[in-house]
Amino acid sequence: MLSPIILITAVLNGLMTGAVYALVALGLTLIYGVLHIINFAHGALLSAALFAAFFAYQKLGLDPYFAAFLLAPGFFALGYALQRFVIGPASHGDDRNMLLVTLGLAVLIENALLYEFRADTRTVELAYSFKTVNFGFTFLSVSRLISFVAVFVVALVLWLIMALTDTGKAIRAVAKEKLGAELAGIDVTHIYAMTFGLGTACVAIAACLLIPTYYANPSAGNAFVLVAFTIVVLGGMGSVPGALIGGLVIGVVESLGGFFFGESLGQVGIFLIFIAVLLLRPRGLFGVSA
Amino acid sequence: MRGLLAIAFVVAALAAVPLFVHSNVVLNFLVVTLMIGLAGQGWNIIGGYGGQYSFGHAAFFGTGAYVTAILQVHYGVNAWIGFLAGIIAGAAVGGIIGGLAFRAGLRSSYFALVTLAFAEVLRILASVAPITGAGVGLLVKLDLRAQSFQFQSRAVFYYVVLALVAIGLLIAQWLERSRFGVWLIAVRENEDAAMALGVDATAVKLVAMIISAAITAAAGCFYVQYFLFIDSPIAYGTWISIEALLTPIIGGVGTVFGALLGALVVKSLGEGAKFVTGDVPGLDLMIYGVMLVLVIAFAPRGLVGALADARAGLTRRFGAGAPRKIAEVARG
Amino acid sequence: MVEALLSVEGVSRRFGGLLAVNAASLSAPAARITALIGPNGAGKTTLFAVISGFLKPSAGRVRYAGDDITGEPPHRLARRGIARTFQIVQPFAGLTVRDNILVGAHLRHRARTDALAVAEKVAAEIGLSDSLDRPAHTLTVAGRKRLELARALATEPKLLLLDEVLAGLNPSEIRDIVPVIRSLSARGIAIVMIEHVMQAVMSLAEHVFVLAEGRIIAEGSPAEVANNPAVVEAYLGHGAAAKVRAGHAH
Repeated sequence: MLSPIILITAVLNGLMTGAVYALVALGLTLIYGVLHIINFAHGALLSAALFAAFFAYQKLGLDPYFAAFLLAPGFFALGYALQRFVIGPASHGDDRNMLLVTLGLAVLIENALLYEFRADTRTVELAYSFKTVNFGFTFLSVSRLISFVAVFVVALVLWLIMALTDTGKAIRAVAKEKLGAELAGIDVTHIYAMTFGLGTACVAIAACLLIPTYYANPSAGNAFVLVAFTIVVLGGMGSVPGALIGGLVIGVVESLGGFFFGESLGQVGIFLIFIAVLLLRPRGLFGVSA
Repeated sequence: MRGLLAIAFVVAALAAVPLFVHSNVVLNFLVVTLMIGLAGQGWNIIGGYGGQYSFGHAAFFGTGAYVTAILQVHYGVNAWIGFLAGIIAGAAVGGIIGGLAFRAGLRSSYFALVTLAFAEVLRILASVAPITGAGVGLLVKLDLRAQSFQFQSRAVFYYVVLALVAIGLLIAQWLERSRFGVWLIAVRENEDAAMALGVDATAVKLVAMIISAAITAAAGCFYVQYFLFIDSPIAYGTWISIEALLTPIIGGVGTVFGALLGALVVKSLGEGAKFVTGDVPGLDLMIYGVMLVLVIAFAPRGLVGALADARAGLTRRFGAGAPRKIAEVARG
Repeated sequence: MVEALLSVEGVSRRFGGLLAVNAASLSAPAARITALIGPNGAGKTTLFAVISGFLKPSAGRVRYAGDDITGEPPHRLARRGIARTFQIVQPFAGLTVRDNILVGAHLRHRARTDALAVAEKVAAEIGLSDSLDRPAHTLTVAGRKRLELARALATEPKLLLLDEVLAGLNPSEIRDIVPVIRSLSARGIAIVMIEHVMQAVMSLAEHVFVLAEGRIIAEGSPAEVANNPAVVEAYLGHGAAAKVRAGHAH
């Protein structure tokens, strides 16, 4: 019989993985909630951030948890620029065009990474990469514990930004009613770019949290992002609590699914959930009807 | 009539190519280009004319490829029958995915996502299932006889794929003149208005999806006959989903020749880039990504659209008949 | 007593906590123009959406030519002969005027040549012959309204639902389009129109229903409805009817 300890450990590991999924999903849902587009470039940006985190360690000797403070603003700026100067203008405001432009960017970024860095995976070996903490009944990885806590800190910071700053309020206004916000004098182009920047910053932080135990290669981000799509759809497009809860749920499902059915079928399971949610309840658990 | 003449002219011109070109390298390039063009023609039916942007057309390419490969390798079925079976299987998968997605009322981003997800599910399943050869893939036995749908000469493959492309052109031409096509385009432009005018939007989209899937599946079946090998990343990988949508968008969505033109441009640029910088992986797709963004930004109706705009611009400035007059002058 | 072609019986439509339409009943006979008026937000467009199949009612039935058509989808209703225009015009923007009307014409005619002929005929009736080859998005508001009408007409309807077809038109444009609408009625088509332009409603409609806060509060001839105190109150507010009467007393 399956030991409950092993099961609980699988669940706990799932929660920790799920937290990072949630962070990636958070960025995606933020962008969807405000710009109303699925950012297909999200995965490629995550791959790029993983490489950035890798090189920050290898070339600059920066511990990833510190590199996050450098990479987050850097990727924020990148995201801002992408939306403001590429995606926004190129799309001419058409939904379908935005899909294609983000897809084009995804292809471009991923293959630029492939071209520049080849396909081999890069990993980072840190002093604490394999350290675990003894919880009495089981051992949990230190870095993943740190990730778990970090994600909630980031979520809290984001919530504070949304609730207290002018920009945050403007973002919420645009998400609710773009025309009204425009009429009230809010620069929607700027807000769109800010939102995209925030979403990309989330991805950068997630990359820094991941690199101690994960790897960087051009398609690393993709694996994560399809899961992130699932979470966003499950939790409800544009819903921040949805992304967090959905992330944790999916993390656990993946962990248990992989445990019982093997990794590949575990992934298939997630996609089937994804498809089922899209077909049966597209607005997810917490989302607003489209 | 004018449309059919144009198609006849283009096909005849392309058919003449092997008479002058004997280089295997060039012929190979053209065969692959036409095959990608065929896949793009499929996408164009649902994406270009129908306005439903699928990001997972690999699902149909791969199904066509695997069905014909499996039938030949595991069941000894004749290659031509396998080809037909592959097309039917691809169409069936199109019907399933389309049926589920359209019945659920999925549009735009959600539709793109669900098609992407289906393609990914198929990719993962094919990479572990024994019948598809799992990670190793399937090798079709070399048997250079016509009855095995394999040919000694590359030129014959060229004619086969050209014939398929010609059928694709005819289907697009039929679409533009038929009631079904009018309905499909109406759904693309404004689904609610179309429904108010009696168009059963769900049924129309579904039929378009099935036709689209069948054409792209044919490209997949052809791939297997030409390369004699198929595995999961080739069959269901994002590369084909992207190339299938890229070619009509660059060439001109919702036009008869768009996919073909786009394939020629895209593949030429890809090969040209590889030639200049050496065969470094990723470069061609990088260029595709840039092209996609640039085309959407500056020429959303693709090359065909840009040409039409240029023509209209000349007419506006110099009066009707100007383009023709200019062409006459240019000819001297 | 003219037989009703369209019969709406006690239709209600709820959106969460909001009861947008509350047990509304109306009827429209063939070859007559029936108007549905009421202050903004009364629920008129919602009622239209239910009648034309874009929304299912929460309660009630819709009958057409004797059949129960409640909840049937729009394309099926179009085939039965019910056509509608939209309050916010919905042209097929990228297509020419001819191709726009062609979509409607194809409902009854499979062959392209037949459908094109019908499209040209309809365009002539509505006054769009000169614009046939122009892209729909280059038309003025008045042109787009005519296009909505032409498209719906090309489906050869027996019942035409016009949702604020006069909105956004200046007085001379209204003066030009009113006879077109009247001629459609003369051909036997039943017309139900939601309208705010009172002059036009009063001169065009033979029977008027008034919807306020989701309920039908009055019906009758235009003159009867205009003098109905409940109607005055609905538009001008509580106590307005008394003020109006007091004003007349001087």
